[in-house]
Amino acid sequence: MSILINQETRVICQGFTGKQGTFHSEQALAYGTQLVGGVTPGRGGERHLGLPIFNTVAEAVSATGATVSMIYVPPFYAADAILEAIDAGIELIVCITEGIPVLQMLKVKAVLAQSPNTLLIGPNCPGIITPGACKIGIMPGYIHLPGSIGVVSRSGTLTYEAVNQTTAVGLGQSTCVGIGGDPIHGMNFIDVISRFEADEQTRGIIMVGEIGGGEEEEAAEYIKAHVSKPVVAYIAGKTAPDGKRMGHAGAIVTGGKGTAAGKMAALRSANIEVVNAPTELGQAIKSLL
Amino acid sequence: MNIHEYQAKQLFRDYAIATPLSEVISGVVEAESALQRLGGEQRWVVKAQVHAGGRGKAGGVKVAENLAEVQAITSALLGTRLHTHQTDAEGLPIEKVLVEHVTSIQREFYLSLLLDRSCSRLIFMASAAGGMDIEEVAAQHPEQIITLQINPVAGLQNYQCRKIAFALGLTAAQASQLTTLMQGMYRLFLEKDASQIEINPLVETTSGDLIALDAKINFDDNALALHPDIQAMQDPNQEDDKENQAKQFELNYITLQGNIGCMVNGAGLAMATMDLVKLKGGAPANFLDVGGGATKARVAAAFKLILSDHNVQAVLVNIFGGIVKCDVIAQGILDAVQEVDVKVPVVVRLEGTNAEAGRALLENAQLKIVAASDLASAAEQVVALASGGVA
Repeated sequence: MSILINQETRVICQGFTGKQGTFHSEQALAYGTQLVGGVTPGRGGERHLGLPIFNTVAEAVSATGATVSMIYVPPFYAADAILEAIDAGIELIVCITEGIPVLQMLKVKAVLAQSPNTLLIGPNCPGIITPGACKIGIMPGYIHLPGSIGVVSRSGTLTYEAVNQTTAVGLGQSTCVGIGGDPIHGMNFIDVISRFEADEQTRGIIMVGEIGGGEEEEAAEYIKAHVSKPVVAYIAGKTAPDGKRMGHAGAIVTGGKGTAAGKMAALRSANIEVVNAPTELGQAIKSLL
Repeated sequence: MNIHEYQAKQLFRDYAIATPLSEVISGVVEAESALQRLGGEQRWVVKAQVHAGGRGKAGGVKVAENLAEVQAITSALLGTRLHTHQTDAEGLPIEKVLVEHVTSIQREFYLSLLLDRSCSRLIFMASAAGGMDIEEVAAQHPEQIITLQINPVAGLQNYQCRKIAFALGLTAAQASQLTTLMQGMYRLFLEKDASQIEINPLVETTSGDLIALDAKINFDDNALALHPDIQAMQDPNQEDDKENQAKQFELNYITLQGNIGCMVNGAGLAMATMDLVKLKGGAPANFLDVGGGATKARVAAAFKLILSDHNVQAVLVNIFGGIVKCDVIAQGILDAVQEVDVKVPVVVRLEGTNAEAGRALLENAQLKIVAASDLASAAEQVVALASGGVA
């Protein structure tokens, strides 16, 4: 098995008829994802890409039985879209949107904390894919290979590096989760890694972190205490200067906190293999299996 | 986004946060009327307006006893650059100074409101060790810092403000002043999408009042489009020229000190590429994320930006073409290199859809472009080329 999604997962798309929503829905369908409909307020009853459009997420859920929603809604409307999905009882929300104001995400997090049956991936993330089964996000499907490595990452293109390398060495991936580059986001490293640990298909784990925040350090503690499978980590941003936001809103070192060096030291002290170059991930995990 | 102290203090006044009386001026001739408006027979402090801390130690904050001294200090500061421990060696231009009543200080505190990522809440941080570098206090005397989480549903409660007030050793009357001040900060933060509000120092005057002597506000870039009034406070002269240009093309660019220009798609991969250059013995000249759609126009803009830094001896382009096809990107790079007339060597690593077709295009182009087969060798080659060697 994989984690969170598989070939039976029924998915809807919020922001379905927009440019991004349309393009990535087409890609998801081509990959074999069970996309069963979409939501665009005001266009309920119409069809798009051969699928039904609904006015609300609640209608889409009751008509299609979808449990997952992928969100391609512009930044100022995305928090509203996430809250609507939570309200409709969606189990897994994947929010790709980049640029959501932090204060709006604070409200979303407060509601999520009271919604134990809903998980959020993102925002500002590439999404989640179970190779050969279900693709929800903007990642290129063809670089993936069904296999045994669980990949979790804060960065999009750096996730593709890890995927490409594990495909090249023949290991493939069980599931890949991009948790996103924003300071306030849904699932964190521990939420994903604990599921990889419990997943039979996953034999090894790659985690890709970056500067900012303290989630890598928390994950190191967790892995030390609870994870038996081999873990290889890479942290981006060793050369980043203090106080500068490195693209991602969450990738910033302030007051000497959240440095790459600190994160690498924390991971190493938890006996996790930390590679110095992003090019070494595939070989490193292979040598540990 | 950052704003100046005088702008932050204006916002403070709008939200009932007490500040000293002050006037901002941009020329010596304005000094006399500014002092008249401020009124009172007393001393003045003249503060250089730049987007950096550490102004006092750098000579950017001076006390004047009379109009002539205010004029002399203003004239000495305006038109120069202030170099503090938070700026680069060039420093930042002083185009305005703030003239303020001198406040007689009894005690100094630290107070800030910011986002705590670990608990996904806004928190207040307060300390009786005000006026100092708070990061140093946090490192050496963490017990001297009081933090307070705000439940986003309930909002900031008055009892929480009182709790901080009594922990700081304030009187009941001062606790009520602090409550007004903290509630003002909290409303300002929410209504204007701030990302941090810092008062250092917050002072107790000799007459027992609480007043914000300094004011620093940062805003959430993601929310700026919602606040035209805040956007209008932007001062591009306080920011890196190249970083400003980058914004026009929606590129994420940050100037660094090395000689290897980097152009990458994706923020994480861009950081990783810089790290790899360093690991191979080179020094990156910049961070640059061209974003998902690495079109010809954006690649050309990115090349122009990178090459406007005259330290750049070689350029490394690292693109993981996912949805975008690599042969399309390669053509974009070729067009851009010719359009911009790139003279330094360029090493390109393309991976993803149609990568081989892309590499073939680059190799056959008769330009100074090295098509690397993988990221590790690309980094090695660009480091060799930047130091005058051959790839």
